[in-house]
Amino acid sequence: MSLKRKDLTSIASLSADEIRLILETADSFKEVSGREIKKVPALRGKTVVNFFFEPSTRTRTSFELAAKRLSADVINFSPSSSSVVKGETLLDTARNIEAMQADLIVLRHPAAGAAESLARGVKSSVINAGDGWHEHPTQALLDLFTLREKQREFKGLRVAIVGDLAHSRVARSNIYALTKLGAEVRAVGPPTMIPAGLDRLGAKISYNLDEALHGVDVIMMLRLQLERQGRALFPSIREYANLYGLTAERLKLAEPGALVMHPGPINRGVEIAPEVADSFSSVILDQVTNGVAVRMGVLYLLSGAGA
Amino acid sequence: MDAGEVARALTRIAHEILEKNKGIKDLALVGIRTGGVHLAHRLAKRIAEIEPGTVPLGELDITLYRDDLGLRKDQPILKKTTIPFNISGLKVVLVDDVLFTGRTIRAAMDGLIDLGRPAEIQLAVLVDRGHRQLPIKANYIGKNLPTARDENIQVFLEEEGEDDRVVVLNGGQT
Repeated sequence: MSLKRKDLTSIASLSADEIRLILETADSFKEVSGREIKKVPALRGKTVVNFFFEPSTRTRTSFELAAKRLSADVINFSPSSSSVVKGETLLDTARNIEAMQADLIVLRHPAAGAAESLARGVKSSVINAGDGWHEHPTQALLDLFTLREKQREFKGLRVAIVGDLAHSRVARSNIYALTKLGAEVRAVGPPTMIPAGLDRLGAKISYNLDEALHGVDVIMMLRLQLERQGRALFPSIREYANLYGLTAERLKLAEPGALVMHPGPINRGVEIAPEVADSFSSVILDQVTNGVAVRMGVLYLLSGAGA
Repeated sequence: MDAGEVARALTRIAHEILEKNKGIKDLALVGIRTGGVHLAHRLAKRIAEIEPGTVPLGELDITLYRDDLGLRKDQPILKKTTIPFNISGLKVVLVDDVLFTGRTIRAAMDGLIDLGRPAEIQLAVLVDRGHRQLPIKANYIGKNLPTARDENIQVFLEEEGEDDRVVVLNGGQT
């Protein structure tokens, strides 16, 4: 099969087979990143525009590297340096970029649904690199890729996603992706950070980390978004760390050999103890490495001429 | 070609490779996915029966080097390139099932050269059906099979669950 779609805006819209195809494709690109000459000519002559309305180092760099390793030309575009500050709408700016023959647009935007609405308005392929609290599909794909690489079978895999699920697009994309492939997801966090209706996505809700960790094979820690601290979602960072921080002690409650993941950037000593982040259980840096391969796969699959 | 002809052609090619390269020193085989990989494995086995020692064997996927990537509607499925040795300085024999336009071989040579600087690249094919669109020529040929442009050549191999054979399908099926 092949990926018969123009855009990648959400995991929710992907089938399990499409997810598997992307992971398979990424596997081939992982080999390219291990070469001395880390470049293949697959996207020669194509232009990729990184269109980032929110700060991002990891994701933007990862997309940029992925596009460059495929021999595409890359333009980075951020609102502070563009006419967006002059009041131009997202769609108008994107149409201007498109008029310069951009083939793929990678969009990060604070509004949920931004990628989807942009995708409908332009002929270029649009890849969602995070839209508000909605989705961050390539992050979920690279998480899945990392699990697969560590020989984890998705069917029946028990995964705890811990932290601020309400404001986490990473969590939402991962819940969709993992449940589509047959994994069991436990969503863990304080009640103020678990949105109503999350169970309808197929996740089991828990407010107690110690209980929820029993028998899990994978622990995905989410970043505590300290910039949202003013919103009174929890009394203090220290209390949060005590109740929901992953310590070496807590890690022992999970299955032996359980993997610890984190989408980054990590707050050491808050949601994750430094000795856990740096332990053998941690695959946090593998996630970053695999991000490039997964994004190469997505760029490649969406770059067909019919797209 | 039937199974016997395929087997004899491969045995002859194995001998020719050894004769031309004076043994297996600095020799490597790289099969082009998918058919060429099976044939490369068979050649390696035959070479091992003739000379002591082993020849390094790699598998090359040329998809990313195709010259029609930007023209296709759906991107072709990628398979993995697995060349677990440094090809620099080696005499690399590319192996494919059918030599036709030569475009696959062009892509394969570009792919190989991105992995290192081989001392030499040679080409072994089971069938040469003509109609070259690029100036490319095989060093070792199982059989020359003159065909019409619109005919199709299909190579069936045991590794894919078929009896070994090469058949020409009538035109109009491309």
